[in-house]
Amino acid sequence: MWTAEYPLPAPMRAEILALAAQELHPRGASVAALRLVQARFGWVSTVHLREVADLLGISADDLDGVATYFNLLFRRPVGRHVIMLCDSVSCWIMGREPLCAHLCGKLDIRPGETTADNAITLLPTVCIGHCDHAPAMLIDDTLHGDVTTASLDQLIDTLRNTP
Amino acid sequence: MTPASERPLTAMIDPAAGPPDCAAYGRAGGWQATRLALGSLAPAEIIDMVTRSKLRGRGGAGFGTGQKWSFVPKEPASERRKYLIANADEMEPGTFKDRWLLEGNPLQLVEGMILAAYGVQAGHGIVFLRGEYQEACARLHRAIGEARQQGWLGENILGSGFSFDIHIHSSAGRYICGEETALLTALEGRRATPRSKPPFPQTGGLWGAPSVVNNVETLCNLPHIIANGPEWFTGLGLGDDGGTKIYGVSGRVTKPGAWELPIGTPLRQIIEDHAGGMRPGYQLRALLPGGASTAFIDATALDVAMDYGSVEKAGSRLGTGMAIILDDRTCPIGMIRNLEHFFAQESCGWCTPCRDGLPWVERLLDAIEDGTGRDEDMDQLDRHARMLGAPGRTFCAHAPGAMAPLASGLKLFAADFAAHIQQGRCPHQAGAGAGAGP
Amino acid sequence: MTTIRIDGRDCPTRSDINLLQACLEAGANLPYFCWHPELGSVGACRQCAIKQFSGPDDRKGRIVMACMTPVSENTIISIDDPEARDFRASVIEWMMVNHPHDCPVCEEGGECHLQDMTVMTGHNTRRYRFTKRTHRNQDLGPFVKHEMNRCIACYRCVRFYRDYAGGDDLAAFASHDNVYFGRAEDGTLQNAFSGNLVEICPTGVFTDKPFSTVYTRKWDMRGTPSVCVHCAVGCNTIVNAREETLRRVLNRYNTDINRYVLCDRGRFGHGFVNAPTRIRTPLNTIDGQQVSVPMADALTAFARMAAKGRIVGIASPRAALETCFSLHTLVGPQHFATGQTRHEQECTELAHALLTRHPGALPTLHEMESADAVLVLGEDVCATAPRLGLSLRQSVRQASFHTADNAKVPRWMDAAVRTLGSECPSALHVMTPAPTDLDSVAAETFRAAPDDIARLGFAIAHEIDPSATPVTDLAPDDAVRATRIAHALMAARKPLIVSGMQYGSLALMQAASSIAAALARATPAAGLSLVLPECNSMGLAMIGGLPLETVMEQARAGEISTLIIVENDLTRDLSPADVAELVAAVPDIVVIDHTVTPLCHHASLILPVAAFSECSGTLVSQEGRAQRFFQVVFPPAPIQAGWRWIQALARSLDPPPRPITGLLGWRDLNEVLAALAMAFPNLAQAAMAAPGADYRINGEKLRSQTYRASGRTVIRSFISVRDQPPPASPDTPFSSSMEGAYGPEMPGALVPTYQAPAWNSVQALNRFQFEIGGPMRGGPSGIRLLSHAEHHDTEPHPYAYATDIPAPYAPQADAVLVLPDTRLFGSEELSMFSPPIIARSTAPMLGLPASVTTSDRMVLHLEDGPHILPVEPVPGLPAGIALCPAHMVARAFRFPRMARLETVPGEGERS
Ligand SMILES: Cc1cc2nc3c(=O)[nH]c(=O)nc-3n(C[C@H](O)[C@H](O)[C@H](O)COP(=O)(O)O)c2cc1C
Ligand code: SF4
Ligand code: FES
Repeated sequence: MWTAEYPLPAPMRAEILALAAQELHPRGASVAALRLVQARFGWVSTVHLREVADLLGISADDLDGVATYFNLLFRRPVGRHVIMLCDSVSCWIMGREPLCAHLCGKLDIRPGETTADNAITLLPTVCIGHCDHAPAMLIDDTLHGDVTTASLDQLIDTLRNTP
Repeated sequence: MTPASERPLTAMIDPAAGPPDCAAYGRAGGWQATRLALGSLAPAEIIDMVTRSKLRGRGGAGFGTGQKWSFVPKEPASERRKYLIANADEMEPGTFKDRWLLEGNPLQLVEGMILAAYGVQAGHGIVFLRGEYQEACARLHRAIGEARQQGWLGENILGSGFSFDIHIHSSAGRYICGEETALLTALEGRRATPRSKPPFPQTGGLWGAPSVVNNVETLCNLPHIIANGPEWFTGLGLGDDGGTKIYGVSGRVTKPGAWELPIGTPLRQIIEDHAGGMRPGYQLRALLPGGASTAFIDATALDVAMDYGSVEKAGSRLGTGMAIILDDRTCPIGMIRNLEHFFAQESCGWCTPCRDGLPWVERLLDAIEDGTGRDEDMDQLDRHARMLGAPGRTFCAHAPGAMAPLASGLKLFAADFAAHIQQGRCPHQAGAGAGAGP
Repeated sequence: MTTIRIDGRDCPTRSDINLLQACLEAGANLPYFCWHPELGSVGACRQCAIKQFSGPDDRKGRIVMACMTPVSENTIISIDDPEARDFRASVIEWMMVNHPHDCPVCEEGGECHLQDMTVMTGHNTRRYRFTKRTHRNQDLGPFVKHEMNRCIACYRCVRFYRDYAGGDDLAAFASHDNVYFGRAEDGTLQNAFSGNLVEICPTGVFTDKPFSTVYTRKWDMRGTPSVCVHCAVGCNTIVNAREETLRRVLNRYNTDINRYVLCDRGRFGHGFVNAPTRIRTPLNTIDGQQVSVPMADALTAFARMAAKGRIVGIASPRAALETCFSLHTLVGPQHFATGQTRHEQECTELAHALLTRHPGALPTLHEMESADAVLVLGEDVCATAPRLGLSLRQSVRQASFHTADNAKVPRWMDAAVRTLGSECPSALHVMTPAPTDLDSVAAETFRAAPDDIARLGFAIAHEIDPSATPVTDLAPDDAVRATRIAHALMAARKPLIVSGMQYGSLALMQAASSIAAALARATPAAGLSLVLPECNSMGLAMIGGLPLETVMEQARAGEISTLIIVENDLTRDLSPADVAELVAAVPDIVVIDHTVTPLCHHASLILPVAAFSECSGTLVSQEGRAQRFFQVVFPPAPIQAGWRWIQALARSLDPPPRPITGLLGWRDLNEVLAALAMAFPNLAQAAMAAPGADYRINGEKLRSQTYRASGRTVIRSFISVRDQPPPASPDTPFSSSMEGAYGPEMPGALVPTYQAPAWNSVQALNRFQFEIGGPMRGGPSGIRLLSHAEHHDTEPHPYAYATDIPAPYAPQADAVLVLPDTRLFGSEELSMFSPPIIARSTAPMLGLPASVTTSDRMVLHLEDGPHILPVEPVPGLPAGIALCPAHMVARAFRFPRMARLETVPGEGERS
């Protein structure tokens, strides 16, 4: 499970410091550092946010202003897998609405929520540049195009069974 | 299919084989421009060649690339901190051209960046990559690593005395980061709100240093311009503009996709010949010619040449050159609502009209589409289109971009709006976008 | 100068400003939000849209943001243009989309910039018919209330708090129409200037929390101009009162000093006036009990005491000039003590002498902002003179202004200038024993003992002027540092040296003065500023008197029968043993004060004096500026001004001991000041600090309430519906009601509130200046007594540099040098009677060099005995030095001393 480790593992702290050192000012590594934490823990908890802020030499308030600004940085826990279903125009034309309704029904959640078994979080996303294969979605960084209810069902079943 | 020599940007891209490595890239004509430039051309000559090539920015605004560079202070890279930034944020809905270039031939971008950096004498290169492009990120990493290893990047490239390296900034999702000044703010680890100009990025950009921001496609053109000369490049275009352009089509066409074609190729040819025309049972009703922030044009304008000037004459903008097709069975109001939802959500929140005006527009469209629209809502939509649409009223071009489809849609689909309000429902059977897949 | 055409009217204007400013200065009503005179333009709100035409033939024009467009020759604009009006109306309408329309219950109501702008723009019908977004509010601590739903997202708060004041715990969060301004988590705002959010925010998101508990509408309060009493900087304030209670303190613009900003100690320190510790009646000690007695009895008691022998008077650096002077008159110069220890007195007198002798400039706070090289020598100005610290913080931006000038970016283009200046070097050098809040913007910080800092200072002076005394045995590193800093200062056009008496070091101030004088040889603009501890330290230094040590000697010798101590808690200066000795040796102690201090327990007689809000008087700030504060509250008798009490005491004496007839006859403040001018020619100008009580405009007094004051007759209606005559003060030109003259041309020293047609918020201030951010239309407030002009006429002769250079500080094995750790909240006397300030002060700690903090707690042996204190490691603190908060641990501890430090018996070392 995605429990927040505190403090951050030493190698990750070192990696964040290295990212900061590459920048003219450490704060230039804000997004990269938060992404690193999220890649490991699934989201950015407040303790981790504070720690990253310390490492970058900026205030937690300052860093949280950045963290809450970006769409892909999660300040709340998510499930083991995150489905990001494109809700932009080409996918909408190509039927992402019924697809989303189908998915919500199947997972018994609304967009923005996580399934009861903590397996899957469903998030809408803006255009992911796969419009020629609309409707499209991302499952944990993997792009899927030309999604249909049938292919979706299959994907969900596989997901449920992967840790 | 166009011959490879006339498809310089994509000729080397082979999805089956994956992106070329340094050697393969060299064998296919890569690095030639770099050798030439660093070996025998002065930075000013690079800028001059690019100016003469008539290359215009492919990021959407279409600003002359050579002209843009000419504002950069001329000190050598070793004397002044300067940045060359590739804008690979590509978040414009309906746009997927840069990903093709990034995944297909990352070394081409690397070489383009070296040439641009040499021209403006920037020592630091950054690829501002949108967070979702994980595959592109991995390939680009590999390409940069290999180029560095082989001496194309780093200290004293080819013994020329010019040093330049590239690092990748993986963003975390925000359309406005593609706007070049917001992009700089994002790189500084701040909330990515746009900045006022002046100072222009070319004089006071990242951390206050001179910075050039160019679109990926713009930069990918450079190796070919330098290697083959500006005249060759201008010769590729069909109209006033130089070079090729990546065009794309999404929506209910037979073969959605993207193609590299001479700039100025007529829209009809792109849709009919390359995208295979509309899918059976669907009619083309209207389209956004260059991404979500361009104005609708209808089926009567299909013969427009897709270059900057002609599309503008047709009442829209070339934008990214990536067309989104509205078919006759999709509700135009639903489509506009979808677009305005995007723009409202992606407003950075800095200036009032955009931050609080776009959500109002979205709610009006929600109401109309859901059957609770009122006559006076049309006045409100119209007012917003006027108040937000003209440049200079909002802080950046986000809101005017957002108003392009709305303002044009209000005219083009007036009858649809009226029908929604009169009938108290969406007349398109199950609402828009109802079909599930092809 | 240039001229622009606004709606067909030619308006002369300045060329280095933007069109919004130009329109406002031309008297036009152009609404705005995100622009602020001190914060510049960022173009976020889009409210100031106007039409600009390219020439006389341009009929179409284009919409521009006035705040983002520079004035240029032949500018033609229109505010009235229908398209521009339409757009501005739309902007307000967008802002009101989510605004809660809760004006009736909003504490900003009636002085709300958003209300003003909404009316100005003509938005009065709500067309948005969907739900509003809502936010959760935060607890931001004892000073500031938070109501985020009222936010219109002008970004002023974060720009002020972060960019201007250097705070980092307030931020903007989220995006689009969900942007949120607050902290990452609930908690107290840490910046020393957080209270300004109340005035910076154009609506009711941030409001004054202490005021909230005694809230009343702006138009139901009286206001008078006042001066902050919580440090020696002398920030100008407006004090508001209703029903004879002081309600709040607001910033009062003084172009030279505080301008738009007050520190939190100044804004929220006034709570002592209404605190339970307030003395409201005379108290006479009868059989060991202090009992409340009528005024007549108190005066009889005093007459009895006075008949027994000699009276000695002890004044106070926190008492008004008039109070000190009247005491001086009563007891005579031989028996007048300043109420300071010899050491403190030497320091203030030296400061006065050094400033008087300084051949260069004595910059105002505003002038300090444009210093292009600053050296802070041994003073934590952020704690001792907070507002001055903020000015130094602004000075750091000078380099970025020059970069902007070169890039042809106007200086008011705030975000752009900050972008361009992001790599500009700072020219601020901070040399202090311990870290300060300015360190984060300093080019260089240097930590050393006060003597070592002074030595480095002398070395810098010698480097600049070889005729200054050299420092012979400087360590090589320090010599290099001295050379480097000397060159940085010499390269500047407007260098500034700041020091003060926080560490009671004469050498530090001498060194600072030497550097400034050395610089002034080549650079007449070289400035010197010395920080003093109390609101009237400088005024008292200019009167002079005996130090407390002499009073002690006289007391020991049995020469004092009665001590009159005015507004001075001697327990803050004398050790408990000294206090006990003094009390034992003097038969009668009369304390005149407004607040029960520990000293009061030893008094035979206590007389309730008026606090700053209840009387009028004059204070002299550390830069030698005499400034007047005016009565706003009319307390019930016998609370009265200090000089009136002294006069009452004098009148009770029969026969008077000395010829004090002048004192007996004073009728009002004017007469006191006239007598002061006679007695102390160096203070003569103090009378001119503000127009006198007889000042009239068109024969009228000045009103202290707004025109729409309501409810005068209902305040006491639960007792009686009869209208009460408004109270009157003979010492002010104000009527205490809404009757009287008022207007933007009134003297700057007499502005009781800011209001102008259509402008009801503090931003009406713009109407009181010819040039926004410039002097007040009605002239300056206060008058400088240490004018640089004094020594212009004398022949320039060589500056007499100090010659006694201290020896290097040598840490000792058995003792540490304990330095006062002066605190923003906790060290200053009066503010520590104010509940919100008490809430902000933190427990005392013993600061030790990080390397020697081996235990969690240690015992510090000060004069009054051992103190067990929690230990806090202080990065950079030099060896052999400990920090102890002034007045918090040992009450009288406030200047450095050697002390023993031990581990707590029975507690081992930290593992
Ligand atoms: C709201 C907004 C979003 C933008 N997004 C992108 C983008 O994703 N990619 C891009 O290259 N340019 C984008 N631009 C355009 C850039 O601001 C800039 O013009 C471009 O990167 C310059 O490159 P070019 O001259 O090579 O076209 C955007 C502009 C705006 C106003
Ligand atoms: S930003 Fe706006 S308000 Fe703010 S003052 Fe200007 S444009 Fe004007
Ligand atoms: S619109 Fe969905 S991938 Fe482009």
